[in-house]
Amino acid sequence: MKLFLLIVKMAFRSLFANRLRSFLAMLGIIIGVGSVIAIFNLGESLRQKTLSRIQTMGSNLLIITSSRKKFRGVRAASYQTLMPSDAYEILEHVKGIHLVSPVVSDGAQLKYFNSNSSASVYGAAADFFRIRGFEIEKGRRFSDLEVLQIANVAVIGSKTARELFKNESPIGKTIQVKSIRFRIIGLMKEEGSQGWSSPDQSLVIPYSTALKKLKGQGHINEIDVTTKEGFSPYDVEPKIRALLRRLHRLPPQKEDDFDIHNMQEVLNTVSSISLYFTIFLGGIAGISLLVGGIGIMNIMLVTVTERTREIGLRKAIGAKERHILLQFLIESLVLTSLGGMIGTSLGIALCHGVGHFADIEVVNPLSSIITALLFSIGVGVFFGFYPAWKAARLDPIEALRFE
Amino acid sequence: MSSTSVIEACNLKRHYHLPSETIKALDGVSFSIQKGELVAITGPSGSGKSTLMNLLGCLDRPSEGSYTLNGNDVSKLSKDALSEVRNQNIGFVFQSFQLLPRLNALENVELPLLYGDWPDSASRAAACLTMVGLENRMSHLPNELSGGQKQRVAIARALVNDPSILLADEPTGNLDTKTGTEILKLLTDLHSEGRTILIVTHDEEVARICTRRIHVLDGLLVEKK
Repeated sequence: MKLFLLIVKMAFRSLFANRLRSFLAMLGIIIGVGSVIAIFNLGESLRQKTLSRIQTMGSNLLIITSSRKKFRGVRAASYQTLMPSDAYEILEHVKGIHLVSPVVSDGAQLKYFNSNSSASVYGAAADFFRIRGFEIEKGRRFSDLEVLQIANVAVIGSKTARELFKNESPIGKTIQVKSIRFRIIGLMKEEGSQGWSSPDQSLVIPYSTALKKLKGQGHINEIDVTTKEGFSPYDVEPKIRALLRRLHRLPPQKEDDFDIHNMQEVLNTVSSISLYFTIFLGGIAGISLLVGGIGIMNIMLVTVTERTREIGLRKAIGAKERHILLQFLIESLVLTSLGGMIGTSLGIALCHGVGHFADIEVVNPLSSIITALLFSIGVGVFFGFYPAWKAARLDPIEALRFE
Repeated sequence: MSSTSVIEACNLKRHYHLPSETIKALDGVSFSIQKGELVAITGPSGSGKSTLMNLLGCLDRPSEGSYTLNGNDVSKLSKDALSEVRNQNIGFVFQSFQLLPRLNALENVELPLLYGDWPDSASRAAACLTMVGLENRMSHLPNELSGGQKQRVAIARALVNDPSILLADEPTGNLDTKTGTEILKLLTDLHSEGRTILIVTHDEEVARICTRRIHVLDGLLVEKK
């Protein structure tokens, strides 16, 4: 045991004596591990962020949309068969449904005096806010009664409100959407994210008003459905399908004229896609780790050649083959482990840096750190073995004579 | 064959088998060396004296014949076993000193004890350095020492394991005349303390101080007194 510690000490001494070379040898490992860590952690952070976004909307959410007509195998315009009444039939007749909302959506310009803002306009039911998880910061959402009354009321998103009203409260003010006037009765809480699921750049109005006054049509784009606790979207989906086919009077051989999107499924798909993507990118970064390992083997081979006489002397005074093997293996292991630790720290720092700029909350899963360190050790053993074995096999007589 | 003989060599041969020919570096040498002898091993280049030294130092195995060291037949031992024999029984002094450049004098002398897992390695090493007169140079690196001092460190290292034989290969080869004489004096002092010393050399001055001479020529012995 004492000899083992001594050999470890000898290894450190040798590495330290050639600091620059040791550092350059480690650089490949540092870069390799650093980039793998940065990619994995960023990828994982993005995945978590996406998943939690989807999850706040509820994994018990189903979204039914009109499908596109298939014209000789090519998808063309959408069917126009989805009705608000469909939504309420589902609520009444399918077991396990909690909330429903017909939805008709469009992009539009909102006008307030001289200010303009583009926003997504959602015509929806009162329950829409609960379904999508849009919280009210000021004022209130509209009621079922106001939907029935086809009222010209609206709830506005934070970014859009800022664009139109600057720092003033939007409550009570009147805006114009396609020359129709709407009174703002509520402001939604800022979510901070962008895209389909964010309320920040949207305006929510009663669907009845949207259909009659804005769009002049009877059909809707989509129906949002949430299931009750204990009822899985997977169970409910076939029942909804059956009901809608009946309501739309579809004969058995005809395809659905709607699509049911199971958010649970979306969640799983997004989760696995982003995971595969991260692994793929991480794998590419792993190639640099491989290159780093080759660099280590290269350096160690040079080192062994340089220290041939030293190895000969050590053997002459009593070092056995395994002592020599161990010493050089440890030198290689120290290089890769130290490189791995430095690389991991740099990778995490890089991750935090990028996360700060891109406004992503960064996670540093322990699994990625442990994997990186284990890989470093593995690389050290794998690429360090051949040089160490060469060193151990040297004939002491030849080695002592070596110039 | 006396019971106080340290070395018993019996028909030692060392052949190298090449595809085209067989080189007979050593072709059957026999001799014995008693405890406390100071023997010069001489011979021209290519005579086989280096080969003989390698065999006596257990750095190599004979192709034929037997080599008994301290009553133990070491002719057929494995490489690791030979390492152990060297560690316990033999002290080497080389022409080019062969000190490890990154270790100081004390650490260089200590090295054989570490590989042999001996206790009190540091104090034994210090004692040996004192014995060769370098107690004030223990923390010096080899590049901070003169040639003579380096060879003294090497001799201290060769003594640290209390070896049965001290094998010196051209110990004064890299030293000037004056320093060379000092080192030879050190070796003769060690001899008068009872050490068994073998010096391989082609220098007449060195051979002269030895009490016995083994001359090697074309792989065979010609002994002289």
